[in-house]
Amino acid sequence: MRDTLTSLRYRYWPDHLLGEILSKRWTETAIPVILLLIVGFALSRSIDHFLSPSSLADTARQAGEIGFIGLGMALVVIVGGIDLSVGSIFALTDFCALYLLDVLNWPVPAVVVATLACGALLGAVNGVLIGYLRLRAFITTLITLIIYRSAFDLLIQRYSNSIAAAFPDIPSWNFIGGGDVFGIPSVALVYIAIAIFGHIFMTRLRPGWHITAIGGSRRSAYNSGIPVRRTIALCYVASGALTSIAALFFAARLGTVGGDIGVGLEVIVLTATVLGGITLGGGKGSVAKSLVGVLIVLLITNGLTTLNARGGINRMALAGILLVAAMVDIRWQKNRTRIISKVYVAPTYHALPPPPATEIGQGGPFEQNDKLRDVELIGLGRIEAPEDVILDRNNNLYAGSRHGDIMRFFAPDYQRMEVFAHIGGQPLGMAFDRQDNLYVCIGGMGLYRIKPDGTVEKATDETNRSMHSVNDDSRLRLADDLDITDDGLIFFSEATVRYEMDEWPIDGLEARGNGRIICYDTKTGATHTALRGLKFPNGICVASDGQSILFAETFGCSIKRLWFAGPKKGQVEVVMDNLPGYPDNINLASDGNYWLALVGMRSPSLDLAWKMPGFRRRMAKRVPVDEWLFPNINTGCVVKFNEQGKILESFWDLHGENHPMITSMREHRGYLYLGGIMNNRIGRYKLENADPNFVQYDKRWGKAS
Amino acid sequence: MKRLRFNQQEIVFAVFAVLFLAFSIFLRGFLTPENMLTLLQNVAVLGILGLAMAIVVIGRGIDISLIAALAVPPGLVLQMVQNGHSLPASLLTAVLLTIAFGLVNGWLIAYAEVPSLFATLATGLLLAGLGQAALFQLDVVQWSDGMKGFERLGQGTILGIPTSIVMFAIACVVVAFLLRQTRWGAYIYAIGDNPYAARVTGIPSRPIIVLQYVVAALIGCFAGLVMAASVNSMPTRVFNSTLIYDVILVVVLGGIGLSGGRGGVLNVIIGTLLIGTMLNGMTIMDISYAGQNLVKGVVLLLAVITDSFLNPRNEETAQQGDI
Repeated sequence: MRDTLTSLRYRYWPDHLLGEILSKRWTETAIPVILLLIVGFALSRSIDHFLSPSSLADTARQAGEIGFIGLGMALVVIVGGIDLSVGSIFALTDFCALYLLDVLNWPVPAVVVATLACGALLGAVNGVLIGYLRLRAFITTLITLIIYRSAFDLLIQRYSNSIAAAFPDIPSWNFIGGGDVFGIPSVALVYIAIAIFGHIFMTRLRPGWHITAIGGSRRSAYNSGIPVRRTIALCYVASGALTSIAALFFAARLGTVGGDIGVGLEVIVLTATVLGGITLGGGKGSVAKSLVGVLIVLLITNGLTTLNARGGINRMALAGILLVAAMVDIRWQKNRTRIISKVYVAPTYHALPPPPATEIGQGGPFEQNDKLRDVELIGLGRIEAPEDVILDRNNNLYAGSRHGDIMRFFAPDYQRMEVFAHIGGQPLGMAFDRQDNLYVCIGGMGLYRIKPDGTVEKATDETNRSMHSVNDDSRLRLADDLDITDDGLIFFSEATVRYEMDEWPIDGLEARGNGRIICYDTKTGATHTALRGLKFPNGICVASDGQSILFAETFGCSIKRLWFAGPKKGQVEVVMDNLPGYPDNINLASDGNYWLALVGMRSPSLDLAWKMPGFRRRMAKRVPVDEWLFPNINTGCVVKFNEQGKILESFWDLHGENHPMITSMREHRGYLYLGGIMNNRIGRYKLENADPNFVQYDKRWGKAS
Repeated sequence: MKRLRFNQQEIVFAVFAVLFLAFSIFLRGFLTPENMLTLLQNVAVLGILGLAMAIVVIGRGIDISLIAALAVPPGLVLQMVQNGHSLPASLLTAVLLTIAFGLVNGWLIAYAEVPSLFATLATGLLLAGLGQAALFQLDVVQWSDGMKGFERLGQGTILGIPTSIVMFAIACVVVAFLLRQTRWGAYIYAIGDNPYAARVTGIPSRPIIVLQYVVAALIGCFAGLVMAASVNSMPTRVFNSTLIYDVILVVVLGGIGLSGGRGGVLNVIIGTLLIGTMLNGMTIMDISYAGQNLVKGVVLLLAVITDSFLNPRNEETAQQGDI
């Protein structure tokens, strides 16, 4: 009863989603967006006409102006700095625009260009000091803030009267200040255009990536050849120019040069930036975050003003929000990976009946023996991690290695070894096609093809993305084993879509159906997912009927058959279940049966733990990784089974010296070749009563002409 | 051949001497005993604030909220006395407020790990906003009868020396003692020099950092009391002024590197003298307030640039994102 409830609860409650959602970059933008919605809702309830079109247009005008400065600040913060002088630059460029227009009577286009140039120039001073002279951004912009402000004070003492006296009535100027298109204010339109460009710039263009890289790690960026100083300097120039755009709209809207223009603006913009989720210290941020932050701050300050709060309260609210946002941001950035790693592992209920006996004297097909004790060893100490072994028609032996190479041992004595091809990722399952191309599953990379002359080509590294998956499952994380059908379809298994290759035991701990079988068509080059929700699918072998494949589910402890052609196309049936160990690769035997490697044997403790998901989740949260309960892979065997799923024979290495752990085996001319992903050798075992002329690919594809 | 090398302290002192000489020769009314006393009196408060800033900067931080600590707690004393509370009770409240404020600053910086510039920028705003919104009725809090006798903290003379200068001297001695003679003074230098090494050595870095900000806030409050006593009121709008830049100017010009671990009280005194001379000279030359700010800003900028060449940032211990 209790087991049933547990199984139902873990079957229907998606535990794994929380960790997957948290590890998405967009969750960091989602939190400020939710905050914005809450603030907007609360204010619209407490203030009348808060969401009326005229009020919204007004907000949009202000948001546009502050939004430009926010974009500049975002840029500077992402590159790892800060710009406190924006308020003073705003004031100075506002003065510049009005002075040129009202006192010198320049035409509007010239005013616009000159104001932008003025802003860029003021920003360039910051840029040179911080970028090239490498001063501290905070202190430097604090100083330029006061210098620019005093310059502004000196200027308005002389010119404020002549500016106040002028009433320019120029249509284009008025349009900048108060015009709209279909009800959307001019400033908002320009902001949208620049924001879209900014988004593309930051996410798709090289300079944008340089900026993020410098903010993420200045030294690494320098070492990888990015022009750090110039990029930083240009960010401040951009900040100045963007601020001057804001000033231009402000000047056109109000046309005044009061003494307190832009005072405290830097705090507002900074609050918006941090609140939007742009990390202080650089490396993270986006245009959307900047916009959301600006909107939140603007709604709050406008709301407080409408509610007739005193100036001090406004100030306190801003400072309080700023502090809380900075704190939350800093703590989250610091603990993010730790939190995610704690909630990411989501074990589920997985019950298996008691395993068949393997002890000596108990009888049965799995009874232990010592047949593999005296196998011949190939490449002892010269090869590392041959997950799969394969032989070509010329009797040469191929095996993968941990270093990302495919090694070739030459017949007849397999003493001479060479690097057949270098791939870079760890080679796992292998298979030859009709043209003697070697197809290899590479963990973390995908499916690769190696031509007989040793050139490496990518076959596929992606499949169709499923709609309901949070993790991007179009990428191949752990392609594991493959086989090729007579029609040139390659079926290969992907063990898990939730973990990387080095984390495979955690997937076993989770015991969730995270794996899938993918089909790659060599004729069209198309890839699609054939079967989902498998518990660590591993070995794959085309069955003798040519219409189905046999595949092993390692942590399902079962062998299943998937029909890819014929009347039962698409159906799955169980061939064997409740194996005493974790099945790995499957291959053809010379007598028409199949070889199967058991990479490790089941243990009562893990079998029990698999029925207790809560226990495993607590373990994952509280105990360090190296003390977790892991599937045992220190003892294994090779078995032979027939089409009906009956075990015929088993081969063990009781002393555990040569092949305690076997991930693959391949029969060839009367010998069985053994590979293991933790081994430093390949085993060669003389089979009795085996066809001494059996060559797998001669049988599959016919003799070479 | 021995190369001539000057450290910043000597350079600043030389600049001060040259400036002082030049003003004495070219500015009428500069080198008179009255003006000298005015000069010192004007910079006494600045000097006390400089001491507070020095403690924090030596520990590789910065405290932008000093002006809030200068304005709000002393303003609270004046306001409470005006409202009929006794002077000791008001003082106690102000000191408690200051300590709480310092604790908040310290906690944010040491435990929540918010960059010090940023944390103090926000807490300063918070405290000033609190004063504006809840504590004071007017922007300038006036002296009242209950404060009688307290003005001696900033007015009059002791042994012929204006009291505010004596207060600066006392503060100098106290801070010098704390920094040079006590264990936690040595810890501050260690933390400022290399925070990670200090932590590994077993120095309780976080409590020491909190302590720095509490002491700085207390000194700031003391400066505020001296200031209020000398002008018989507390103009709380001082928060909006550029006084904090003057304080940073004093510290950086005096030769206390912003990267921490260097300098002492002597540097503050030299920096204060230079700024005092500069401001006094500009006032005599009748340069406007904005113009003075402009000159100060440019001088501060030059000082920071020079500082960055003389005390380059240690790339090994500079934090990523240390802005």
